[in-house]
Amino acid sequence: MKPWPPSAVHQSLIGCPSCELLCKAPARFDGQIRMRCPRCGATLHTRKPNSLARTWALVIAAFIFYIPANILPIMTVTSLGKTQSDTIMSGVAYLLLHGMWPLALLIFFASVVVPLLKLMILIYLLISVQLRSPWRPRDRTRLYRITEAVGRWSMVDIYVVTILVALVHLGNLAAIRAETGAVFFGAVVVITIFAALTFDPRLIWDSLEKNHE
Amino acid sequence: MNQQTRIACHECDLLQQLKPPPPGGCARCPRCGAVLHRSKRNSLNRTLALSLAGLILFMIANAFPFLAFEMQGQITETRLFTGVTDLYHQGMWGLAALVLFTTIIVPAVQLMLMLYVLIPIKLGRTPGHLAGVFRLLQNLTPWGMMEVFMLGILVSVVKLAGMATIVPGLALWAFGLLIFVLAAAAAALDPHQVWEKVRYAP
Ligand SMILES: [Zn+2]
Ligand SMILES: [Zn+2]
Repeated sequence: MKPWPPSAVHQSLIGCPSCELLCKAPARFDGQIRMRCPRCGATLHTRKPNSLARTWALVIAAFIFYIPANILPIMTVTSLGKTQSDTIMSGVAYLLLHGMWPLALLIFFASVVVPLLKLMILIYLLISVQLRSPWRPRDRTRLYRITEAVGRWSMVDIYVVTILVALVHLGNLAAIRAETGAVFFGAVVVITIFAALTFDPRLIWDSLEKNHE
Repeated sequence: MNQQTRIACHECDLLQQLKPPPPGGCARCPRCGAVLHRSKRNSLNRTLALSLAGLILFMIANAFPFLAFEMQGQITETRLFTGVTDLYHQGMWGLAALVLFTTIIVPAVQLMLMLYVLIPIKLGRTPGHLAGVFRLLQNLTPWGMMEVFMLGILVSVVKLAGMATIVPGLALWAFGLLIFVLAAAAAALDPHQVWEKVRYAP
């Protein structure tokens, strides 16, 4: 592999996370002093602080919340005196049974596959960074970009519940209530977005640096 | 525009000269492939125009009902905000706050801050605090989810179609247009041009 010049951190330089201004790091930069970007005021860090520990904590929290999000009902439909509660999966099954398979696939993908896939990728990235793996850093950075981009689409089920709740309130004729599962599901989406934000992809490249202690 | 800026790649920390992107293309980091700079023609003018249009569409989308639901002669109409209040009245204040934040507050604040930053730049006045405002604006980006909400509307319409009559309202059209305008505004914005215009004391 072609040797790359040492990263900015080894030349006492920090790129501002917001405006990309290259700033000189002070001689003893041990995280005790808060350094700010002279242009935009963002707090400067050579690497996102406690990136691995924070991302692990958020990933584990998201996994714990993922379970009630899938087991508990996300909404209850009352129609002509009959009451029926729907979980995410029973909602998907309902769409399948009624021949709406493209929609079933969309919801299954956005609500079940995307959060799980995102968590799996983050766990893989965390472990590979901790093992200082030199394996295909470019592809691992690409994986990180995917987790950053797709997470938001999981919100679609939350919005569907919101819209159904707002549209269908005709008393005994038809009414829809949001249920606790939706709260846990919303928490999973928010936590995984934070998890992707706290992970620092530059750590993937740090293990390739020769002169890194 | 300053042709030779030295930067550290935000994804792999490689030091490099930021080269101007080829017309219609983008400059990528040679090591990790991150997009460092995308070519945008007339960026600030287009972003300003699109943000203005976006703000007007946003107000229309919020002021009028976007869907009406008709079942056995009874009709309910929905605005963007009624979903939030209904969730709140069902005791789901966390969900209500999440929906309010991602579909109303963040898009509205982003559009207003964009005008707040771009109008002074157009007038040739760039006080230092604009940089902090623009930073806040960029940090909000992951939390604005209008396009996901639009998908939610489509899914809801298909789900309810068999159960009752769904009538699209004026706000739905404004909403659809808004998604395109927001995407176009995001695509037109070249943050490097804003940062270069901001004065600061190194
Ligand atoms: Zn900065
Ligand atoms: Zn890079």
